Amino acid sequence: MAAKSGVFRGAREEKTKRGMSGARPAEMPAANLDRLIHERTRLGIVSALAVNASLTFSDLKELLQVTDGNLSVHARKLEDAGYLGCTKSFAGRVPRTEYRLMPAGRRALEKYLDHMEALIRATREG
Amino acid sequence: MAPSEFRQPRPADPVALDDRARDNLRFIRETMERAASFTAVPGWGGVAMGITALGAAVIASRQTSPSAWLLTWVIEAIVAIAIAVWTTLSKARAAGTSLLSGPGRRFVYSFAPPLFVGALLTLVIAHIGGTGAIAGIWLLLYGTGVVTGGAFSIRVVPLMGLCFMVLGTVALFCPSSWSDAFLAAGFGGLHVAFGAVIARKYGG
Repeated sequence: MAAKSGVFRGAREEKTKRGMSGARPAEMPAANLDRLIHERTRLGIVSALAVNASLTFSDLKELLQVTDGNLSVHARKLEDAGYLGCTKSFAGRVPRTEYRLMPAGRRALEKYLDHMEALIRATREG
Repeated sequence: MAPSEFRQPRPADPVALDDRARDNLRFIRETMERAASFTAVPGWGGVAMGITALGAAVIASRQTSPSAWLLTWVIEAIVAIAIAVWTTLSKARAAGTSLLSGPGRRFVYSFAPPLFVGALLTLVIAHIGGTGAIAGIWLLLYGTGVVTGGAFSIRVVPLMGLCFMVLGTVALFCPSSWSDAFLAAGFGGLHVAFGAVIARKYGG
C-alpha cells in the first residue's frame, strides 16, 4: 500500500516536471536529445551503473539520495526501454533487486555524452 | 503583513546552453566517481588482512628483542599491503573499472601521506629506541588514512577509520606491553569485522 502510493507519487512528479520544462525544447534545440536519460535521476542511475558491474536498489538509493518511489519509477522506465537489466532475488528473507547496464543503455549514455560535448563545442565556435 | 508567506519563485535566469551541457557532464562525472569509489573497497581483502594481523600479533608477542618485534610487524604490513592491492585490483577488474581513474587516484593520494608519516616516525622511534608508542602511532595514522581516503566511499569505511583512530589514541596512553593486544584488536579485529560487513553488503 505504502509502496504503491510512493510509486504513484513518483509518476505524478514526473508528469509535473515534464509540464514545467515545456519551454526546454527551445533552449535545447537538439531534436534527438535522449529524454529518457536526460532526466537527472535516470542520468544518475545510468552513470552509476556505467562504472559498476551491478548495483542493488539500496546502493543506488544511498548513492543518488532519492526516495524508494522515485527510484523505482525511474528505474522501471529505463528497464522498459531496455537500458537496464534487473534481477530480483532473496538475501535470506529480504528481497534484493540488482540492476546492471545493458548494451543499449551504455550506447545511450555514450550518445548523450557526445551530444553534450557537441553542444559545448557549437557554443564555443558560435 | 507577513513579509513573504508565499515565496515568489524568482524568474529563472536564462541559462546558457553550453553551461547546462557542461553542468550535465559534470554531474555524470561526479556520479561515476562516487559510484566507483563507493564499492571499490575489498571486503574479503579486509578479512584476510585481519587474519594475517592476528597471526602476526601472536608471533610478535613471542619475540624478545624489540627489533625482532618490529620486523614481525613490518613484514605483516608488507603482506597486508600486498593483499589490499591484489584484492582491490581484482574487485575493480570484476566491476570493469580502472583503479587509476579519479576515485582510485584520490584514495591513494589521501591514504599515502599518513602512511608515509607512519613509516618515517617508525624509523625515528626505532633509531631512538623504545617501541612503546609505535602501536598507537600506527593505529592513529592508519585510521587517519582510512578516514580521509574513504570520505567518498560507503559510510562504513570512514567509520572503520574512526575506530582505528580511537583505538590508537587509547593505545598511546596504555602500557607498551599491551601493544600487541591493541594491534591485534585494530589490524586484526577491526579489519575482520568491517571486512565481513563490506563483503556481505557490498559485493566482495
